[in-house]
Amino acid sequence: MDLTGKKVTLHDMSLRDGMHAKQHQLSLEQMVAISTGLDEAGIPLIEVTHGDGLGGASLNYGFPAHTDEEYLNAVVPKMKNAKISALLLPGIGTVDHLKMARDCGVNTIRVATHCTEADVSEQHIGMAAKMEMDTVGFLMMAHMVSPEKVLEQAKLMESYGANCIYCTDSAGYMLPDEVTEKIGLLRSELNANTEIGFHGHHNMGMAIANSLAAMDAGANRIDGSVAGLGAGAGNTPLEVFVAVLDRMQANHGVDLYKIMDVAEDLVVPLMDQPIRVDRDALTLGYAGVYSSFLLFAQRAEAKYGIQARDILVELGRRGTVGGQEDMIEDLALTMAKDKGLI
Amino acid sequence: MSKKLRAVIIGPGNIGTDLLMKMQRSDWIEPVWMVGIDPESEGLKRAESMGIKTSSTGIDGMLDQVIADDIRVAFDATSAYVHAENSRKLNELGVIMVDLTPAAIGPFCVPPVNLKQHASQLEMNVNMVTCGGQATIPMVAAVSQVQDVEYGEIVATVSSRSIGPGTRQNIDEFTRTTAGAVEAVGGADRGKAIIIVNPAEPPLMMRDTIHCLTKETPDQDAITASVKNMVKEVQKYVPGYKLVNGPIFDGNKVSVFMEVEGLGDFLPKYAGNLDIMTAAGLRTAEMFAEEAHNGTITLPARG
Repeated sequence: MDLTGKKVTLHDMSLRDGMHAKQHQLSLEQMVAISTGLDEAGIPLIEVTHGDGLGGASLNYGFPAHTDEEYLNAVVPKMKNAKISALLLPGIGTVDHLKMARDCGVNTIRVATHCTEADVSEQHIGMAAKMEMDTVGFLMMAHMVSPEKVLEQAKLMESYGANCIYCTDSAGYMLPDEVTEKIGLLRSELNANTEIGFHGHHNMGMAIANSLAAMDAGANRIDGSVAGLGAGAGNTPLEVFVAVLDRMQANHGVDLYKIMDVAEDLVVPLMDQPIRVDRDALTLGYAGVYSSFLLFAQRAEAKYGIQARDILVELGRRGTVGGQEDMIEDLALTMAKDKGLI
Repeated sequence: MSKKLRAVIIGPGNIGTDLLMKMQRSDWIEPVWMVGIDPESEGLKRAESMGIKTSSTGIDGMLDQVIADDIRVAFDATSAYVHAENSRKLNELGVIMVDLTPAAIGPFCVPPVNLKQHASQLEMNVNMVTCGGQATIPMVAAVSQVQDVEYGEIVATVSSRSIGPGTRQNIDEFTRTTAGAVEAVGGADRGKAIIIVNPAEPPLMMRDTIHCLTKETPDQDAITASVKNMVKEVQKYVPGYKLVNGPIFDGNKVSVFMEVEGLGDFLPKYAGNLDIMTAAGLRTAEMFAEEAHNGTITLPARG
């Protein structure tokens, strides 16, 4: 694979996807310290919100330590070069949240839907594009459908005004060939000036390989997370990815030692649990289940005595999609009843 | 004179057609007109073949027949954009409007919680909130009737096949309207609503999770009894309304997990979300008819 000179925008997820791993409890000081460290290291784009995006604060997903507005107001003014992005899932957040984010100085809005439901994003993508924001359509759980279906949905988002489309491996299920095929089709069929992005999870140990495959197939935005801090086994660990890109002489613009230090000195010490491919995270990838289900399934195991693995496999079998965290306790209760445990 | 109130259905789509099929079994409401705006509409053709009068020029095509046909109640299953005009024109003629759009210009109506009150006051326009609201607000109310709820949150998961383009183009309206009704009708100080669309095949049954935070330690026995009683009330008009798990208690958090199976009249059984709207809408009109028959309310005079 030759990525020599290839330009890529690295997008850090530690302060958004990482919120899942922290049960949305990062402090303002931690957010500011990590984001300024990343800015200093040359990361151009950093996502900041509740793990489930703007408006994610809820009993269902977890109440955060601070509101999205408080996090954004703490981080945005501290950035010298980096821009801040915010995620929004229609059905959870609304255009009111989007406007709030814009007023806080957010540069990039990423509107996320399940990979078959792009048409719920029209009002949010349309609004962000109208406000001349960097507007991204983010197709989640893209492993569940064919490349043609991903393309069809990507075209809808493009038609609503998105200037960048992501193929998102929310479950960490994809293997590199699948990434190549899906990103390749998007690159050849979407408008030439529409950017393509890839967001990976490390549940099958494939995040680096998949991100490289995505770049090789035409993606120019790659999500990762410093020290991998993210849902499941985490996102593509950015400091590792930067080192790999360095060896491949790709044009990434990030200072390797500085990002290594952010990972080691700031992020690893605040982890509540090691972010690694344990048996439950591996099951997410293997069964194709949304990564943020991990801690919910582990809590259900502790409460009801049903193995997290068994819950996750059953969720996969039922075709559960992102956001259905409420299914986990419901299903664990049903499984525990069936086993006579409660 | 028949005790039945005569009705017009506006909007010959899935909701309107399902409503028509349910109405044909009603002891209190008689479907007379169905109106749409597309002469080629399958829904209008179907209604015609069932002996229903139809107009393809919206309600303007039948306004001059309202008095002659003694139309007393209208069901609007179109969109929020045209609802206000439909309602104004029909209310002027003394027709009670049951609004199944998200327009919500009249008060929210969730039958087991506040229908009796609306009917006894002869509200001329009642709004049926949203499918997620009909499925969950009774549970919020079941908790708030026992003790104060400072926060109520509902998560509605619906099959992709069961939600139409109107809802998709304005999904924010769903979350806002439902959250508002969790407060106004459910009795929570603050409300939040989340909707998840799931494309699994075969389609999944509508399911709903309701979380409440009570102000004081929850009275588990009283809340459990209230929830079970409320499930029975909803089952009177939606037999497939089922308590799957709960209520379960975690500190001041009370959680209830529901499933809603439709009757499968016109819409498939998995589309419990659409069924609960049509069933609640019809139930609402029936209550007005019952009250009018009992003499508790007097319908607008007609000369």
